[in-house]
Amino acid sequence: MGGYVVRRLIAAVILLLIVTAATFVIFFLVPRLAGATPEDLASRYVGRTASPEVIRDIAHKLGFTDPIWVQYGRFVKGLVLGADYSTGPTTVHCPAPCFGYSFLSQNPVLPDLLDRLPVTISLAAGGAVIWLLAGVSTGVISALRRGSVFDRAAMGIALAGVSLPIFFTGLLALSVFSYWLGITVPGGSYVPIHENPLRWAYSLLLPWITLAFLYAAGYARLTRAGMLETMGEDFIRTARAKGLPERTVVLKHGLRSALTPILTIFGLDLGLLLGGAILTESTYSLPGIGKYSVDAVVNNDLPKVLGVVLVGSIFIIVANLVVDLLYAAVDPRIRYS
Amino acid sequence: MSPLLDVRDLRVHFPTEDGVVKAVDGLSLRLDPGRRLGVVGESGSGKSVAALAIMGLHQPSTARISGEIWLDGRELVSAGAEQVRKLRGRTMAMIFQDPLSALHPYYTVGDQIVEAYRCHHDASKPAARARAVELLDRVGIPQAHSRVDDYPHQFSGGMRQRAMIAMALSCDPQLLIADEPTTALDVTVQAQILDLLRELPAAVLMISHDLGVVAEVADDILVMYAGRAVEYGPADEVFAAPAHPYTWGLLGSMPRWDRERLQRLVPIPGSPPSLITVPPGCPFHPRCRYVQPQSSTVRPELRSAGSAGHLVACHLPEAQRQRQQILHHEIRPTL
Repeated sequence: MGGYVVRRLIAAVILLLIVTAATFVIFFLVPRLAGATPEDLASRYVGRTASPEVIRDIAHKLGFTDPIWVQYGRFVKGLVLGADYSTGPTTVHCPAPCFGYSFLSQNPVLPDLLDRLPVTISLAAGGAVIWLLAGVSTGVISALRRGSVFDRAAMGIALAGVSLPIFFTGLLALSVFSYWLGITVPGGSYVPIHENPLRWAYSLLLPWITLAFLYAAGYARLTRAGMLETMGEDFIRTARAKGLPERTVVLKHGLRSALTPILTIFGLDLGLLLGGAILTESTYSLPGIGKYSVDAVVNNDLPKVLGVVLVGSIFIIVANLVVDLLYAAVDPRIRYS
Repeated sequence: MSPLLDVRDLRVHFPTEDGVVKAVDGLSLRLDPGRRLGVVGESGSGKSVAALAIMGLHQPSTARISGEIWLDGRELVSAGAEQVRKLRGRTMAMIFQDPLSALHPYYTVGDQIVEAYRCHHDASKPAARARAVELLDRVGIPQAHSRVDDYPHQFSGGMRQRAMIAMALSCDPQLLIADEPTTALDVTVQAQILDLLRELPAAVLMISHDLGVVAEVADDILVMYAGRAVEYGPADEVFAAPAHPYTWGLLGSMPRWDRERLQRLVPIPGSPPSLITVPPGCPFHPRCRYVQPQSSTVRPELRSAGSAGHLVACHLPEAQRQRQQILHHEIRPTL
């Protein structure tokens, strides 16, 4: 088990390096291959009226004239040791781990991201609790009562949930519950949990439900399929042959097995969401990482985009790692092989 | 002695879109305490369906069951699901063909035995665990006290089936149903498992398509065809003087070491009938070489085949049957 963890950790670090390299290539090498000069890159960070000399100078200072591997090396070095960025008159130090420095807003990226992380975590965690409970229980009941009215209705709603995009369900929910019925708060009224936990939950209620509706639908369908398969297994027949109550058969023997693949999907979904629930955060004007990344893209602020990609990929890789370890904890056949 | 298990005119029908599948259609059998009954027949003859019906393991939504199943003085077909559940594992237990898929991969062998025991006994966990170790030891698992914490995939095929037997024995059932318990095992392990089954104090209802395996274990033999019994009697009788042409066919298509090797195996022509449209009269008549005029119209009932307790469902007249039997045994096609 220990060796397994170490192997997985090493693989995770390598994967992270590959992801950063790929991101770096996309944002810094591809434009150059497409014909952009270092000056073109630098021109984004100076005023509109800057002279060609100033732009060339800035391009040099920002390192855009160096070979791409030197730039990537500098970026990775910054992650480990921190980096210094020259902004012209002064030099700014970006402490380790430096996720990049935004020349537009003239501050390091990481503190910004950390500021916004609690919002994204609040949204993802709350939503996850709701969609897991709702999705899995709906799926189990649907599977046990296959073909019933409940099953048909639940699967119909689930199909709608999977198909409808958040910016539709979100806006619909906002207009009905906030503006028409007035029982929830409108968008943009996020309250941090340490200020007022009740207001925090209240302000996130609608985003949670909207997000959970989308995911619960998928989880209900997955759970239903998994349960239908598992309940046909030989070991379920054995459990019944032992004389166990049906409840134990379903929950202890059936659901336990059916949940394993759901665990995988759940880990990936959660990791992905922690990198920014772009649509939900935009719809409800939540100041999270997703909103941050949208703003960064709109403003063409490459270091910020790179930072978000880095944070997002860290979450996904960590989630993958956790899922793999949990898998081993859940399924003894993996643990010992 | 009153029988432990008395099945009377059991019918298990499955309504499907193509028609009603009559998997078991009028099966009667009885099993006395401590006796071993072997049920043989081809795939699809209704052996396993009958066994699952006795255990009450058919879903009421898919299976229509009628007839009577008396177990230790209680009738199970009309009993409530909860009543039958309490008998399962305690009075009657069952082991299955493939012990790897029949054991839950996520729980240790010990946990699964403990669960079976505590389901019917108000025992503490340590007491139940001690019971599990004792049971594993009894079925011949070496180092039972440490192997009790192993997962099924860490056991070999034979050990898994032993563990299944240990689990089935956890509540000292009076009836053990074994559904092809050795089919998934290799031959040496097969013999060990059969020895184990032979030594049990419980009555055993063993299902197999392998006459050789049944001959090792059973006191009585019931031959099933198309959901009903075609021949039923003491094992010695059925093997020494088989009375039904289908049994002749089964024996003739079985390789035997006590016969000359040049003798060809004689397959039964044709294939088992569809259980939706079972041939009228004797269901075996389309494949039978000894068809009688009434075979295709009148359904034969079980009647005495000569010696005590030996029953056969066949229209072939007694005298002719004995002649055919002699023919069958002596003038087999030789190469």
